[in-house]
Amino acid sequence: MNQTISQTKPKSLLYLDGVSVSFDGFKALNSLSFVIEPGELRAIIGPNGAGKTTMMDIITGKTRPDEGQVFFKGDIDLTQRDEAEIANLGIGRKFQKPTVFESHTIWDNLELALNRRRGVFPTLFYRLTADDRARIEEILSTVRLSARRDDLAANLSHGQKQWLEIGMLLAQEPELLLVDEPVAGMTDAETAETAVLLKEIARTRSVVVVEHDMGFIRELGVKVTCLAEGSVLAEGSIDFVSSDAKVIENYLGR
Amino acid sequence: MITSFLFKNLDRGIIVVVAILLGLAVAIPALNLLTAPDHPFHVPTYLVSLFGKYLTYALLALALDLVWGFCGILSLGHAAFFALGGYAMGMYLMRQIGARGSYGNPLLPDFMVFLNWKELPWFWQGFDMFWFAALMVVLVPGLLAFVFGWFAFRSRVNGVYLSIITQAMTYALLLAFFRNDMGFGGNNGLTDFKDILGFNIQAQTTRAALFAASAVTLASCLVLTTAIVRSKYGKVLVAVRDAESRTRFLGYRVEHIKLFAFTVSAMMAGIAGALYVPQVGIINPGEFEPGNSIEVVIWTAVGGRGTLIGPIVGAILVNGGKSIFTAAFPEFWLFALGGLFVFVTLFLPKGVVGTVSAYLARRKAQGRAADADKLVAEPMAAE
Repeated sequence: MNQTISQTKPKSLLYLDGVSVSFDGFKALNSLSFVIEPGELRAIIGPNGAGKTTMMDIITGKTRPDEGQVFFKGDIDLTQRDEAEIANLGIGRKFQKPTVFESHTIWDNLELALNRRRGVFPTLFYRLTADDRARIEEILSTVRLSARRDDLAANLSHGQKQWLEIGMLLAQEPELLLVDEPVAGMTDAETAETAVLLKEIARTRSVVVVEHDMGFIRELGVKVTCLAEGSVLAEGSIDFVSSDAKVIENYLGR
Repeated sequence: MITSFLFKNLDRGIIVVVAILLGLAVAIPALNLLTAPDHPFHVPTYLVSLFGKYLTYALLALALDLVWGFCGILSLGHAAFFALGGYAMGMYLMRQIGARGSYGNPLLPDFMVFLNWKELPWFWQGFDMFWFAALMVVLVPGLLAFVFGWFAFRSRVNGVYLSIITQAMTYALLLAFFRNDMGFGGNNGLTDFKDILGFNIQAQTTRAALFAASAVTLASCLVLTTAIVRSKYGKVLVAVRDAESRTRFLGYRVEHIKLFAFTVSAMMAGIAGALYVPQVGIINPGEFEPGNSIEVVIWTAVGGRGTLIGPIVGAILVNGGKSIFTAAFPEFWLFALGGLFVFVTLFLPKGVVGTVSAYLARRKAQGRAADADKLVAEPMAAE
């Protein structure tokens, strides 16, 4: 197993090997290893406390692992970098609770997310160019919010906020998108539309989706990784994983 | 919540306030200098200086609003930057006294002669030149804010912890400046000024000019802060205030964003202090008192944080109230101030200006809706 992982490392987009982290003696991740290929859409499932969010914290630089390796695009060591650096390398993250800038308009939210120079002086003297305008328009229509561009983000419904946040991730132009529970609190129709949206996005970049909703994962129809107690329990198609005895015992059966 | 709408709606407000300030810069000196003392519209000189003092307070509150209102950094140490700017100006004014001090020493200020010092300390060098002092007025507070902010923001000190260490900073400076061997006049501070730029500091015309300078400076800083908060950088500031980690995961260096605003704000506070000192005629360590910084927060909250105009209105209202109140019931002023803060926090969370502009925006929206109704109703009536 480890042999194959080290051979795939140079070609991988995201590579985690033997990552462990503990908080006050509680092992949140226990020698977690997995690989995401370029262009892959991957679903991650697992019971509460399995380490799904901690895993995202480690990839995005919010938490440092106690041990283990995390590499992006084969040779960029993510454990040595902070959140802003990692974001600028091309890793976008959507939080579990929709987090948008509520006192800004939808347009401004996207303008802020747009992949442009983010220093103090470039932003101070920033002028909206025709290109940037076109890109924002394009994202607005992708996330179906064109009609609401001048409304405050605070006035969006829960599902629309989730979409706006996905739109902000798109504006960031990441190569890898980490999406934490995108359909939590959505209606069935919204959930179905989100699945379409994510599949559309995954055509041009890699996406990792953490989700509890098994119906949604079935709709995505992708490779599934099941985590439990901080390490990988099973990996494969949804049918393969959901028939695994350990997965049933640890997660589905409960 | 309403900040981004205010961006659009306040434009006219900002223009009006700038126009009023520039008008005052002409009108108050004119009414003071050109009218006879018994003329009904005559503004006595003591009032000119009092109003000038209010304007410097307004500038200090405006500086605080940039970091508190737009970036959520509740600095409880802004009076320290104000006082440092004031000391830089005070040092220049001391050096202008020359041999006219009580001890007649051409080089050393009186308090140094009194302490038996033989030569001017190195950090007093250069303050005989106005341009150098003016540079220090912005550089010293700016540098302190930069170094302080560098460590605080890099270590992600936030919220109430940041507020507490800003209080500690101003308190530490208070204790330091109280010491005689610091070389800033200790307890008594710097006073007994004679000239500024060669003009007698007591003269009616100098007082009028200082008032005009305060009004023009406040107007310029208002335009500058408006430009800052309306830029994309200003939107990032608000983003940091509302969802700091989201901003970080978008790839912004939150510590740099905060540091810039904090440093600019401290420089503005320093300029305010430098304009304050010649108008009140003294600067002493009492200006570093932690309570002073808290008062600035109250002015800003009363006027409306995150509105730019609010802090100016708040500073003038509260200090005007203080001047009247302390004359009538001196011992109750602190109770009134505390009560005011509680009242504003509970009933006017957006402050005076925030509440008024929200009301105007609502009325405008209703008016538009009514117009739309009329447009719909009229063709139907014609049919």
